[in-house]
Amino acid sequence: MAKYLLLKHYRGAPEAVNSVPMDQWTPEEITNHVQYMTDFASRLEGTGEYVDGQALAPEGTFVRYDGEGRPPVTDGPFAETKDLIAGWMVIDVDSYDRAVELAGELSAAPGAGGKPIHEWLELRPFLSAPPTVTE
Amino acid sequence: MDELLLRELTPAVIGILVRRGLDFATAEDAVQEALLQATLSWPDRSPADPKGWLVTVAWRKFLDARRAEVARRERELKAEIEPPPGPPASADDTLQVFFLCAHPSLTPASAVALTLRAVGGLTTRQIAQAYLVPEATMAQRISRAKRTVSGVRFESPGDLATVLRVLYLVFNEGYSGDVDLAAEAIRLARQVVSITDDEETAGLLALMLLHHARRRARIRPDGSLVPLAEQNRSLWDTHMIAEGVDLLQRVLQRDRLGEYQAQAAIAALHADAPRVEETDWVQIVGWYDELLRITDSPVVALNRAVAVGEADGAPAGLAALAEVDPKLPRHTAASAYLHEKAGDLERAARLYADAAQAAPNLAERDHLTRQAARLNQRLR
Repeated sequence: MAKYLLLKHYRGAPEAVNSVPMDQWTPEEITNHVQYMTDFASRLEGTGEYVDGQALAPEGTFVRYDGEGRPPVTDGPFAETKDLIAGWMVIDVDSYDRAVELAGELSAAPGAGGKPIHEWLELRPFLSAPPTVTE
Repeated sequence: MDELLLRELTPAVIGILVRRGLDFATAEDAVQEALLQATLSWPDRSPADPKGWLVTVAWRKFLDARRAEVARRERELKAEIEPPPGPPASADDTLQVFFLCAHPSLTPASAVALTLRAVGGLTTRQIAQAYLVPEATMAQRISRAKRTVSGVRFESPGDLATVLRVLYLVFNEGYSGDVDLAAEAIRLARQVVSITDDEETAGLLALMLLHHARRRARIRPDGSLVPLAEQNRSLWDTHMIAEGVDLLQRVLQRDRLGEYQAQAAIAALHADAPRVEETDWVQIVGWYDELLRITDSPVVALNRAVAVGEADGAPAGLAALAEVDPKLPRHTAASAYLHEKAGDLERAARLYADAAQAAPNLAERDHLTRQAARLNQRLR
């Protein structure tokens, strides 16, 4: 078993095939899209492959330590940041091929005109526990 | 209350209920309920006949569940409280439960989960925690697995090799949480050894014991890994090693070699060296040759190349490594090690850094990064 992170980007991923921005869809198209995502997650729960899924607000703050006794420094958000994560789903699957298959299905979520978005999702393997037998 | 005894009895009790006419999934649910009941009702001491107690309680749980079902349909069910007499439990039934849980129609992850629950007697929550997934996900994985094997006849002949693969996975690939998966795999392997007469099963148990014996030396308190060559060998569990070596020697005499026996033989040769310098690398290479012949696995060829490097020197090891697919995980790490051994520190440092980037887990990545850092310090 291996855990993978499916990352959805606001910005930074290559352009989707059906890239009409969400605010220009019809309300029904939005409803259908949200329904597809919810159904996808429940289906993965049913197959015993779902671990977690969360969405992130587009605007965040950078924070860093500023020395003993001083409050942390904050900065941003930076409008020019190229890579912006929109959310993630964590899956626990039997193989890399299965992870690719599921990411492909998630990328087929319907968008404008009810057609699949063909959005690029980033697939990242988790670092696992070390195996016991190594020699 | 002896939790281990309870869990030990799990597959036998499932076997008895199946013999009495329940389907596997229903029997498994009922036994899991009975296990929970036992943890509540046996606070100080176990009943005189724990197995009989579990059978009776599991049967009642089954009747309760069925009654609740029937009540919903507003019908009455007349059923005996005591289970009908059935054939006595036998070792064969326990083995059948092992076979069913490792059935080839299951994915490895499902087989692991079902085995830990139906023969390991662990709760869904414990299994979920051990594999870092939500309990709901693990519950679904287990119930799907039970559905998948629902059509398999309980008496169908099973394949011991599938059971061993599942136990090997439990032993080798798990997180170190509250449930000690390695210890659990050893316990289950012991159980299979006690009801079968099979060389590879004994070989697998020996392999597990020989690796488990090194655990205290292998992992520092902070979780970081200590490579075999640097381990404090006085921390090795000599009783466990003796047991593993004994077991292995007995089955090797039967001359029916398999991959687990060969792997155990390699582990035994490491265990046999009081100091790393005294390791019998020539014999180890010989066992890798056997293992390669049996498995034809590229991973074995990779490990063999490292052993060749120890037995015949780094150039021979690098030559053996050149025959192995460079895309294989840990190829770069092996190459780094052999290049350092050959004295090419700059190249080794670069390779260690590359290997760290590709490491499949955090402990290995940290270890490889430290190796690169160590060489880079020396090169300054």
